[in-house]
Amino acid sequence: MSKVGRSEIRVDAFDKASGRTKYYEDRVPADALYVRIKHAEIAHGFVKSVDKSAAEAIPGVVKVLDCFDVPDLPFPTAGHPWSMDPGHQDIADRHLLNQHVRYWGDDVAVVIAENEVAAHQGVRALKVEYESLPFVLDVQKAMEDGAPQLHEAFPNNILKHTGMKKGDYSSAIKEPGLICIDKWYDTPTVQHCHIENHGCFAWQEDDRLVVVSSTQIPHIIRRVVGQALGRPWGDIEIVKPYIGGGFGNKQDALYEPLCAWCSTQVGGRCVRLDCSREETFVSNRVRHAIRFHIVSWLRKDGTIAARKVECFSNQGAYASHGHSIVAKAMGSFPQHYPCENMECDAYTVFTNRPAAGAMRGYGMPQASFADESNIEDCAKALGMDSYEFRKKNVMPKGFHDAFSGNTNYYDSFRECMTKGAAFIDYERKKKEYANDTGDIRRGIGMATFWYNTAVYPISLETSSNRMLLNLDGTVTFQCGETEIGQGADTAYAQMVAEAVGLKSYRDVHVKSCQDTDITPTGLGAYASRQTYVAGFSIRQTADLLREKILNYANEVTRQAVANMDIVDGNIIRKGDGSVLMSLSELAMTAQYNPVHSEHITAESTYTIRNNAYSFGCTFAEVEVDIPMCKVTLKNIVNVHDCGNLINPALAEAQVHGGMSMAIGYGLSEQLIFDEKTGKPLNGNLLDYKLSTFMDHPHLEAEFVENPEPTSPFGTKALGEPPACSGAPAIRNAILDATGVAIDRNPINPHVLYAEFSKAGLIHDDWKEAK
Amino acid sequence: MYDMKALYEASSVEEAIALRIEHPEAQIIAGGSDVLVQMREGKRAGKELISIYMIDDLRGVSLDEEENLRIGSLTSFSHITRDPLIQKYCNVLGEAVDQVGSPQIRNIGTIGGNTCNGVTSADSASTLHAYEAIVELTGKNGVRRLPIKDFYIKAGLVDIKPDEIQTAILIPKASYENTFGHYIKYGMRNAMEIATLGCSVNVRLSADKKKIERCRIAYGVAGPVPMRCPSAEAVANGAVPTKELAEQFARTVIDDINPRDSWRASKAFRQHIAVEMAKRAFTRAVELAGGEMA
Repeated sequence: MSKVGRSEIRVDAFDKASGRTKYYEDRVPADALYVRIKHAEIAHGFVKSVDKSAAEAIPGVVKVLDCFDVPDLPFPTAGHPWSMDPGHQDIADRHLLNQHVRYWGDDVAVVIAENEVAAHQGVRALKVEYESLPFVLDVQKAMEDGAPQLHEAFPNNILKHTGMKKGDYSSAIKEPGLICIDKWYDTPTVQHCHIENHGCFAWQEDDRLVVVSSTQIPHIIRRVVGQALGRPWGDIEIVKPYIGGGFGNKQDALYEPLCAWCSTQVGGRCVRLDCSREETFVSNRVRHAIRFHIVSWLRKDGTIAARKVECFSNQGAYASHGHSIVAKAMGSFPQHYPCENMECDAYTVFTNRPAAGAMRGYGMPQASFADESNIEDCAKALGMDSYEFRKKNVMPKGFHDAFSGNTNYYDSFRECMTKGAAFIDYERKKKEYANDTGDIRRGIGMATFWYNTAVYPISLETSSNRMLLNLDGTVTFQCGETEIGQGADTAYAQMVAEAVGLKSYRDVHVKSCQDTDITPTGLGAYASRQTYVAGFSIRQTADLLREKILNYANEVTRQAVANMDIVDGNIIRKGDGSVLMSLSELAMTAQYNPVHSEHITAESTYTIRNNAYSFGCTFAEVEVDIPMCKVTLKNIVNVHDCGNLINPALAEAQVHGGMSMAIGYGLSEQLIFDEKTGKPLNGNLLDYKLSTFMDHPHLEAEFVENPEPTSPFGTKALGEPPACSGAPAIRNAILDATGVAIDRNPINPHVLYAEFSKAGLIHDDWKEAK
Repeated sequence: MYDMKALYEASSVEEAIALRIEHPEAQIIAGGSDVLVQMREGKRAGKELISIYMIDDLRGVSLDEEENLRIGSLTSFSHITRDPLIQKYCNVLGEAVDQVGSPQIRNIGTIGGNTCNGVTSADSASTLHAYEAIVELTGKNGVRRLPIKDFYIKAGLVDIKPDEIQTAILIPKASYENTFGHYIKYGMRNAMEIATLGCSVNVRLSADKKKIERCRIAYGVAGPVPMRCPSAEAVANGAVPTKELAEQFARTVIDDINPRDSWRASKAFRQHIAVEMAKRAFTRAVELAGGEMA
């Protein structure tokens, strides 16, 4: 029986449920020193001086270091594979601590102390003198001449501008009879809010540096720590234990370089650096706020004649993942609703906000909000049902993208839409809710998305792993792709069991804790790539391991290699299916053979030069209490075509998590800043309105399983896709319920109050009486 | 690890009073769901604490000899919600405190702490104001009782003398008898939330249920401290409950309340929802009292 396509229990379920799992904090040595960071309390300016004396006098404070003490070695932080092409390398704009403060919360000094309290007291005792400069929070304002400049090398704060053109937009819009929908859409700065805050600890050993970190990308962190400290990369060892989520925040070098450097400043002693939740909100990474300007030219028959899309991405203070995010967002438009004439432009712009990096969806939740809001508005302008408008215009079966080489092999979009519409009873409810007129009105909306599975051809896609046949016939498995809570290890165990021919996924021991000295080099957890890319190298390494096993079995059994197979942990003769020996017998024989001893192991790297479209949609049903300016989400379903499911139960869980993030993105989450000071106002879990279970209806996850032809296991992206289409589906449902098109998220009561007032739906008549 | 200078634990009211006198700078701590958060933020870092959490005498709900409802100051929110006397005589209070934070907070948080913290957003505060609760404080010279509106001095400051602790909150019989109330908390999400505005309305109807004998309404977050709305109450008192009355009553709260503009919500928004919440809470209270909105 196949080992994949089954809802197996997670390999780490028992340890996690019983509290036995070791996260980084469970591994910190008892005598580690505490590092606390002094964060800037201005949005832009220069540190003139740091008075350390009061901090140094506090009992327990070991050392105080500031931005004048760090090496002048600018380094990049993005968790991208290294590029051999210098033009494609990430921007190195970071120092370990900064004299030039670029956002409220920037790192200017550290206190290293014997205990946490002394470290806190030390930070509070530091006196930092600043020279304040004007700051800018808004993308458009940051691009203006005379705006405050964040980085010398980037005039008008523009990190990068790229564009793409198809057909002839300016001629196409002259076609007589076209309807023009010209609108702006705004998305907010949000934070990942993974359960485990980032933290790490570091010490020196044999003149090398060891860093244990809560990261998604151990091998990339090794390189960045080397760059930041000016040390050969081989001097650095990164250990990644179990981690409590990352959602892309930990796809960046966060505080590993600073922590490692602090160890070198105290004689190599072990130091720990733990981010508080407040620091996680402001001084880690956030999702880019992207503003879109979309001009759609429609024909009365419901086709799209031409489209112009401008995207302005708020990078915040440092480059991090930079332009990659908005480039991906922009790239989605021409393929999502292909039309003959398109003009797209994308700008990434520095502002004095926290640095934006990778976050689940990597530009697509933003693009999806804008694109799917605009498509809804287009359908409304045409008087067409938006479901029909989408069916008419969304990427067709057979669509091929020359750049990525992707092909839409099936009619996945329409299959997903049909399934979602059936679940939510779209047609009937759409008609019924159209009659709602009172204070409480119901509505139904939808949105679609597509997602690239991996990063080919923009960046390298490589996957390596090692399989070791144990003496009991089980296999120990190590790979560079990272378990971060999503269930990757379980998927690997199932794929390895399938590819090698083991009896159960339980016969695969996945080494979840990765160590860059030991684990085969890999790129980590991002891009929804893991199951897809690991599939290639798992198949390849399994073939190598099987070859070694069968070659040895040939010595023992005298049967031809070609006549044997490995099935359910046994070596069998193909002709009659008879069991020749178990894998355990073979491993024992091979290991302890006095004449020909062999430790059976295989290792390989696969360079993936394919990519795959992942598809899906969301249908949402809302009830809007107009006077109270409140939206209740009554019903929501996501439908995904992510190819064959390796583990359906885990796939469903993955979708539930993404839907939850999309609900918060649509209705409540937003990091806000004081316009007067640039200070983040709500960087904590009380004031930042992450949605809770009490804000969720039942989350329905459904799948269309069209096997992906390029994948050895028929699988493709599911990690990020569930977070993409929820927010615009909710937005469109609110539009359906109230007739009010809201072009920004989150659609919280403040926004609804303003929009409903503007639309005349609410009317405070006591105001006139005053 | 908390930055606290010292922790003194009292096991009786007398011990707590003695500790208060001995350590005048110390901060009283009950469940800790406010004090420890502030300490972690650095606001109360380095302080001495006097814990009264072990004083079991201050737990529980009872009726005193005058049949006033007596709530020990250390009674947790979850115990108040599930208490049969509360459910029978002042169910709205149980419903209100059931909207505090999360189940964990409701298990550790106490009504005494909720009021002594002195914040306008406390979920218990508007209902206690609407029921004209009496705060009982015990000090070295004995017991002092004062109306809750006098207990709140200004934002974050309540009337506790240096030798006192709060020992109970009383709801007089005359206040709860034949009275039915409804509380609406307005938050930006449905759990783990601090009130954007809290509105508590209670009514007592005439025997034939045709007339409103007494109507009281109080808000949290409509001003620096929780507040009643005398103008709105005057509109409803003695009137026949109708939809028009509900509208008029609700509009009148604007004359009484004074919410502020902050990044959490604008004044205009708070005023808007205050009116809608007054209307809904009033209507529901009349229904609970067995009345009908003509």
